[in-house]
Amino acid sequence: MDINQASNLTSSAIIAAIPLMYAGAGELVAEKSGALNLGVEGMMLMGAVTGYAVTVSTGNPWLGVVASVFAGLAMALLFGFLTITMLANQVATGLSLTIFGIGFSAYVGKPYTSAAVRASIDVMPIPGLSSIPVLGPAVFSLTPLGYLAFIMFAVIGWFLYKTRAGLVLRSVGESPSVAHSVGFPVVGVRYAATLFGGAMAGIAGGYYSIIYLHIWQEQLTSGRGWIALALVVFATWRPGRLLLGALLFGAVMALQFYAQAIGVPVPTQFLAMLPYLATIIVLVLISRNRNTIKLNAPASLGQRFFATH
Amino acid sequence: MTIFPYRLEARSTPSSLMQLAVPVMATVATLLIGFLIFSLVGQDPLRAMNAFFIEPLSSINGWSELVLKASPLCLIALGLALGYRANVWNIGAEGQMLLGGIFASGIAIHAGDASGWWTLPLMMLGGIVGGMIWAAIPALLKSRFNTNEILTSLMLTYVATQLLIYLVSGPWRDPEGMNFPISAMFGDAALFPRLYGDWHWTWLKGTRLNASVFLTAIAIPLVWIFMRKSFAGFRMNVGGLAPLAARYAGFSDKRTIWTSLLLSGGLAGLAGMGEVAGPIGQLQAGWSPGYGFTAIIVVFVGRLHPVGIVLASLLMALLYLGGEAVQTSLQLPQALAGVFQGLLLFCLLGCDLFVNYRITRRVIAHHAA
Repeated sequence: MDINQASNLTSSAIIAAIPLMYAGAGELVAEKSGALNLGVEGMMLMGAVTGYAVTVSTGNPWLGVVASVFAGLAMALLFGFLTITMLANQVATGLSLTIFGIGFSAYVGKPYTSAAVRASIDVMPIPGLSSIPVLGPAVFSLTPLGYLAFIMFAVIGWFLYKTRAGLVLRSVGESPSVAHSVGFPVVGVRYAATLFGGAMAGIAGGYYSIIYLHIWQEQLTSGRGWIALALVVFATWRPGRLLLGALLFGAVMALQFYAQAIGVPVPTQFLAMLPYLATIIVLVLISRNRNTIKLNAPASLGQRFFATH
Repeated sequence: MTIFPYRLEARSTPSSLMQLAVPVMATVATLLIGFLIFSLVGQDPLRAMNAFFIEPLSSINGWSELVLKASPLCLIALGLALGYRANVWNIGAEGQMLLGGIFASGIAIHAGDASGWWTLPLMMLGGIVGGMIWAAIPALLKSRFNTNEILTSLMLTYVATQLLIYLVSGPWRDPEGMNFPISAMFGDAALFPRLYGDWHWTWLKGTRLNASVFLTAIAIPLVWIFMRKSFAGFRMNVGGLAPLAARYAGFSDKRTIWTSLLLSGGLAGLAGMGEVAGPIGQLQAGWSPGYGFTAIIVVFVGRLHPVGIVLASLLMALLYLGGEAVQTSLQLPQALAGVFQGLLLFCLLGCDLFVNYRITRRVIAHHAA
């Protein structure tokens, strides 16, 4: 492998990691507040199809991204209404959000399966830095959404651990009844965190259809939403590790394409299994020690909250 | 500031009236929303609703298609319900079903001309074993390494899809199939007999109904007995409702995980076998319309109860048929079926609130001016 290939590989790893970073970060914040939303895949698909449709009809990819965000928000609002207001089971609601998202995105996306986007969002190399060998083209020649993903991680880390609002969010996730009794708005916090998760999943989906693949088809995200969920567990609910996990998975996906491109004598279907198998492996590694999960997961994760007073 | 004059109050015991009323409420709400959706997309809602829900059932053929679609859904959902009752969330039934279909097809393809009376039973066994193997992986990882079964069983579904595509586009591809990703058609010994074509049940004239539906018919009472009468079923129930009590009573978590996953995987595998050896008759790359996922909705709509599951699987099958019907009659996308299935589940989950809570008038304290 020469320096060019190394550069290409690093670059495609980071590009593949970006949607996972968005979806994972959104889910991490939602889960920190105790909201376990298994609907990431469904929210991503709705974001992908809405963003694509708007990009095709307006010719403006940025409007598409904004539409993706709103689609994700709408789906998350549905989840929030059912689980937070109507006190429905989070696991069942999240699953149905995904099933609904698969069906609904296929329905609204039907006219767009053969439509092409005329304009996408171009890369914006940072002068100077982008000419560093290997790292330059990979890290400093991203689209604005790529840079934003990295900035977002810094902001989330700062918000969760350095601000009072972040502390409130975490305390709601650890013990909603205690948070409620000291006067924190548990319902409001969970809604806000869930909506943030939806917006990020929406962007992740829009990134897939508008910027990364330039197409829309049924189930475009092919399980990436579930991988993002797994990454949050793998990261033991810490933003820094989530970033590493997303980059690791980006690398796995990049290797898959690289192996296909250089014609490794393995059927492509087996290469396509790699990200899913890698997900299982990292989950096993991290869950092997029962306490790792128990000590790190937000204590009220997946539980409904009903204020009796 | 005005205060919303009603508030929620927890019921001391879940309302059994509401348990039964909620699915009906949810169905009505879904129909109303469907009415709205059809109006919004510019269809005559009455005509569309008629095409979606009534016309598919206006002939004996329609009813037989309903049973054909409900059968695998019901079979898979019965298995999943066992696990969900025990808080074991097998989400990968789709993959387990695909594996069941793959194993059964492997037997059918390799038996070839040597087939005999034993082929079909062996395929059933193969289907069950295939589904069980695929479900055993999350079971092993959950019981041995404490790994979340939702994520692992789901990841394995994607792996199963790739495996299926590999097989039908590579080693098992029909050499005379014009390069389509399909296997050769199975021989008669590897197919379920058709009730009209082979057994001459004249009242089913013109239908595709085949003997695979009897697999489901047999499974329904068996699962019901297992749930309600067997000690293993009781242990699993307690494990789901009160994990601490189950542990105190000495019921093993691990045994519950294995039983749940193996039973649900086996039934999903059998459902897959029933499809490839029934209505389809060969292995195809995209033969499943997502039965493994729809079955999850069936379980919830059916309230994790065998009778409820039978009814819910018929309802979901009707939604599939309705989707196909409006595609041909009104040129609406078939994916509409999935939209309705999702909507139904949302309405159900929302209405579920009234099982455990009631709405009461808020007592508002009046302050003297």
